[in-house]
Amino acid sequence: MNIAKVDIIGLENKALELRRLALKIIFQAGSGHPGGSLSATDLMTALFFGGILRYDSSQPDDPKRDRFLLSKGHASGIYYSVLAKAGFINESDLEDYRKINSARFLSGHGHPKTPGIEIASGSLGQGLSVAHGIALGTRLAGLDSKVYVILGDGEIQEGQIWEAAMSASKFNTNNLIAIVDNNKVAQDNITKDLKDIEPIEAKWDSFGWDVHRINGHNMTEIIKILQKAIHPDKPRVIIADTIKGKGVSFMEGKTAWHGVAPSKEDYDKALKELG
Amino acid sequence: MKDAATRDAYGETLLEIGENPNIVVLDSGVSDSTRTKKFGQKFPDRFFNMGIAEADMVCTAAGLATTGKIPFATSFACFLLGRTMDQILVSVAYSNTNVKLVGTHCGIAVGEDGPSAQMIVDLAYTRAIPNMIVIQPADWEEAAQATKALAKHEGPAYFRLGRPKVKGIFDSSYKFEIGKGTIVKQGNDLVIFATGTMVQESLIAMEQLAKENINISLINISTIKPIDREIIVKQTRNHGAIITAEDHNIIGGLGDAVGEVLLDHQISVPFTRIAVKDQFAETGTGPQLYEKYGLSHNHIVKAVKVTLNKK
Repeated sequence: MNIAKVDIIGLENKALELRRLALKIIFQAGSGHPGGSLSATDLMTALFFGGILRYDSSQPDDPKRDRFLLSKGHASGIYYSVLAKAGFINESDLEDYRKINSARFLSGHGHPKTPGIEIASGSLGQGLSVAHGIALGTRLAGLDSKVYVILGDGEIQEGQIWEAAMSASKFNTNNLIAIVDNNKVAQDNITKDLKDIEPIEAKWDSFGWDVHRINGHNMTEIIKILQKAIHPDKPRVIIADTIKGKGVSFMEGKTAWHGVAPSKEDYDKALKELG
Repeated sequence: MKDAATRDAYGETLLEIGENPNIVVLDSGVSDSTRTKKFGQKFPDRFFNMGIAEADMVCTAAGLATTGKIPFATSFACFLLGRTMDQILVSVAYSNTNVKLVGTHCGIAVGEDGPSAQMIVDLAYTRAIPNMIVIQPADWEEAAQATKALAKHEGPAYFRLGRPKVKGIFDSSYKFEIGKGTIVKQGNDLVIFATGTMVQESLIAMEQLAKENINISLINISTIKPIDREIIVKQTRNHGAIITAEDHNIIGGLGDAVGEVLLDHQISVPFTRIAVKDQFAETGTGPQLYEKYGLSHNHIVKAVKVTLNKK
């Protein structure tokens, strides 16, 4: 698909709709992670609805599918919202989010019992290795599947990320595309003060990756980079500069909104801002 | 019957089952010692040496499994499990991916490399993980058959292998089955449930005991989980006195697994657990350590007599 043929405004509206839905299910659940869901929303909207990710939600196990992994699994509010809008689960299933006896197993962090989810998450640092294993497996099978994995910026403080970074480079796994949702805020503190991950580009570059940096809320930039043909022999990382809590002014850039559900008052206020 | 280490059986059998294009093998930089190196030479496209990075290896294996591959992720037991509890819990067990975790160099039998290389808590740890099965073969033949059985078993597994050469116990007529204990020798008065190297150690003890007209039974428990409850209950009731024997810490391994079965069935009999006594060993040869830390055939002989006296 050519960038000219992608309905950017349509995608931006879709992202707004998904932000509302993610906040709604977190509000209804009474717990969850709004900040990191809102920062990843535009990236996930582009992947699932911008003609990037190859999938058929009626056949979630099709071996020829592209794969998507949310390694920063706490952003499940946006993940399940996307899966519902993409048809993997029903929107009515979302009422069970974080509730016991959830029919689609909509746990606080994703699990493969939910259609569209490849692997369990909840412990940071594992998703890049898993994604790499999937990319090696599809390549062995002679498929042209791509594997996309979203990492948190705080998450790349985990040592295993760099083990995996070395591995994917060693095996020239060029069908692996990592996206760092660089919202610059972690649970405890702003990431820079918690333990600075900059210079991020230089780090990934020195590990042998094809590095790109974009504004993770600019839909045109996101689509352009995701449409780019894969590198001939390097895995790719996209550093997406984002804002934690993006779209809700009082949540933006705030550590406090990492893992807290909004009150009724805050939820209503947020919905107004999200049009 | 073949006298060789269980890790040798694993490496050799991988070459055979590797004809199945879904078999993939991962190692973390110790393929010479774990015996996966030859698989890598024969099937280079399906061998992934991840370097000294066990956490990455375990999760990469999980990813490969989701694409229909059957990964054997191999390293020294100490590092394969010690470094990757979190990865095994989330990406393997909870995700229920078809990953075979193969830990070689188990127990104090490892010897001279010392306690940091002697894995004695792996049975406790893997047994406590939901979805995980746990297997420790006693000799070459059983290890070879178990490798094949694991490739066919769908789901996470831990395969506990040893470094030292062990004397052959089973010939090719032996049929290994996941979840089944086997009678190695039938006697009376007392039964030993042993696993791994301790099966051979028990056989040596039993030769000594036979000279004193003490003829007891020996059961090989190679599947630690799910444990063969039937054979444990039946043999315990038949003999009225038992010993468990394992090269593992006394907490959480075979002894506790057998004890749990007896507790569930409210069976109370004289019972001695032979295991490492909740301590780290030291450097030395395997046999020296078995003698000093209470695992040798001499200790088994003593334990049999003491246990029989409690009947």
